[in-house]
Amino acid sequence: MFESKGGVLLIGGLGFFLLAFLANGVVPILLYRHIPEKTAEEVVNRRILYQFEELSRRYPESFEAAFGEVSVQTCAEALRLGRQVYISEGCWHCHSQYVRPVSNESRRWGDVSRSEEYQNELQRPVLFGTRRVGPDLSREGSRHSNDWHAVHFFQPTLVSPDSPMPRYQWLFDGSPDRPNRRGLALITYIQWLGSWLDSYPYYEDLQELEQEDF
Amino acid sequence: MVADESQTAVPSIDTRRLVDRPLVLCYYFAALAYLVISMLGGILMALQLVRWNVLEGIEWLSPGRWRMVHTNAVAYGFLANAFLGTLHWAIPRLSLRPVLSRSLSWFIFWAWQFIVVATAAGLVLGPSLQAEPWVVKLASRWHIPLSVGAQALEWGETPFWIDPLALLGLALVAVNFMAPIVRTPGPMYVSLWYFMAAFVWTFLTYAMGNFLPEYVVPGTSAGAIAGLFIHDLVGLFVTPLGWGLMYYFVPIMLKKPIWSHGLSLVGFWGLAFFYPLQGIHHFLYTPIPMFLQYGAVISTIAVELVVTTVIINFAGTLWGRGRDFWDNLPIRWFYTGMVFYFLTCLQCALQVTLTFQKLIHFSDWVVGHAHLVMFGVFSMWLFGVMTYLFPRLLDRQWASRALCEWHYWLSAGGILVMSSDLILAGIFQGYWWAALLPWDVSVMGSRPFWIIRLVAGLCMAAGVVCFLINIAWTARAGSRAADR
Ligand code: HEC
Ligand code: HEM
Repeated sequence: MFESKGGVLLIGGLGFFLLAFLANGVVPILLYRHIPEKTAEEVVNRRILYQFEELSRRYPESFEAAFGEVSVQTCAEALRLGRQVYISEGCWHCHSQYVRPVSNESRRWGDVSRSEEYQNELQRPVLFGTRRVGPDLSREGSRHSNDWHAVHFFQPTLVSPDSPMPRYQWLFDGSPDRPNRRGLALITYIQWLGSWLDSYPYYEDLQELEQEDF
Repeated sequence: MVADESQTAVPSIDTRRLVDRPLVLCYYFAALAYLVISMLGGILMALQLVRWNVLEGIEWLSPGRWRMVHTNAVAYGFLANAFLGTLHWAIPRLSLRPVLSRSLSWFIFWAWQFIVVATAAGLVLGPSLQAEPWVVKLASRWHIPLSVGAQALEWGETPFWIDPLALLGLALVAVNFMAPIVRTPGPMYVSLWYFMAAFVWTFLTYAMGNFLPEYVVPGTSAGAIAGLFIHDLVGLFVTPLGWGLMYYFVPIMLKKPIWSHGLSLVGFWGLAFFYPLQGIHHFLYTPIPMFLQYGAVISTIAVELVVTTVIINFAGTLWGRGRDFWDNLPIRWFYTGMVFYFLTCLQCALQVTLTFQKLIHFSDWVVGHAHLVMFGVFSMWLFGVMTYLFPRLLDRQWASRALCEWHYWLSAGGILVMSSDLILAGIFQGYWWAALLPWDVSVMGSRPFWIIRLVAGLCMAAGVVCFLINIAWTARAGSRAADR
């Protein structure tokens, strides 16, 4: 059996693979199947709408051309596109999106990550990440203002002099005050990260959101 | 044993007609071309990290995109092509039968090159098309997270429309190679166990990773599957093919059988059982349930014990023939790779524990580990195989032994420096982060390590350049080989 073709193919090749898939793949799927998966529209909340609106006022022409007006629909559209930009520019190879319960991470970034947070369309496939050249981004929303992000994406060294993060000038029409469709979408996506949490954690210059606008 | 038969070639079988030599050569040239491209990508990213990237600001040279080209070109361009080429040499000679169809082989060759080039083009150019109205329209029409650029699965960044094609390609590869294997009567030689299992595993792994987390499950469950995918791609595609080749080439070159058949059995079945169970160890301390994480940790430690038996087996085979390590270049490549393999697995048994994970996860330690495995082990083995086969494929001797030596020493030295440097950097980074120092401290502190990594990477690349020059000289002017 151990040296026969059938043994190698069926037991080693197929059997053990399926066993592992059951143990490591199907078990978590069954464990989390009761948590409903949200769509991009369903994860739009007041905080991200506030930021989205802020973008529309700060960059009216660019915003108008890219997304028209502020609505749950256009905001979800921006989140979807922003996530695509985040993936295809390889941001997730330098930034993680989960806070571990160890190594003081919850003191640096905020609440430890929970499964519910990832049960939505924008985490297909999940963006946990495996490397941190830059900081974790899962609680990044509202830590910096929209224009900070715009300048930072245009040229990171302008706001963070030693940054090895690459420039993303093609997300703009020539200057940091003119983000294009992809740029606006990326800023929206980054501001959305962590916006579902009640509290914002300790960080350099954190400012509370003004929620009265809504 | 079959390996011996192919060595002393049964008179009635002409091994020259069994192997499609031009095909093997084409696979090797393609593999080396992608290796060069991949290394350029690595160097670009390394330059970016130390902020010496003068090409910054050019959209299609964005380091983030090229980092993905770096890993994908290595996995699907270099390793896959080099393995496929070598299998076209080894399997017909082991089974004494040709592959299913010569034209199918060539079709697969070209189809695979198309897949790799399309992947690279998608990764580099895809993102620029993202905001184009037709792309947006398609995406919203089908209501799937559709992207013309990368997909968010490490090693599976391949743009979504290529996935089914690649899967079809893998199925054809399996059929083409299985034909001679199943027609061979009697029990099979060790290499064939590994190859057969690898064909099944690669197909299943690719299918699982490229479809489930994208289209079926989101979130944490997708994370578990993604972990399984990254892990199985190394463990069930690269590793079994690599070891299968070692079981084939080492006895041929030393002209003696493998030391212990029993240990070969333990090695294969131990790997087959324990290796696939470990996927989740890539995402320890995520929201994935803790009992699954413990299971992955334990089976990882178990597989290191299995690995030790394999290493003992190969050490036993070399025993008493230590001289060959110095004189026989392919043997030197192989056994150096095995030493690195043992080191990687030792490292793995440590880093997989939750204690180590606290410190080194997310850091350069992991990158050091990845280079040690992919370059220090599998690329080394493939360089050894190529060093052995190029003279036979070109019917000449190596034009320059000195360049062969340079290739070896630059590669071995480069990877040793690169991986120890990055592993050390990882420990520092882990402590800087846990100490809640500002992020810049870890970035600036890593700079010296990143500069050393860049230099080591340039050495490895220089080794490949030596190899390429040697191949060119050999092809043009080398003397006719006396041996076979
Ligand atoms: C080469 C690795 C690298 C890549 C690629 C990269 N970053 Fe960064 N990022 C960094 C580093 C290092 C920092 C910290 C220094 C700084 O603020 O620039 C950082 C900082 C940030 C910050 C600020 C975090 C904070 O709270 O201070 C954001 C937001 C960010 N990156 C988003 C992105 C996005 C979006 C992308 C993709 C378009 C991206 N990064 C690509 C390395 C990278
Ligand atoms: C010229 C030599 C090379 C250089 C300069 C280089 C550089 C790099 C850099 C900068 C990264 C990104 C690391 C990070 O995110 O911090 C990387 C990742 C990687 N490289 Fe290389 N590389 C080289 C050769 C190779 C080769 C030959 C292989 C495989 C055979 C390889 C395999 C990998 C892998 C697997 C990763 C992903 C690591 C991870 O995500 O943990 N590299 N490399």
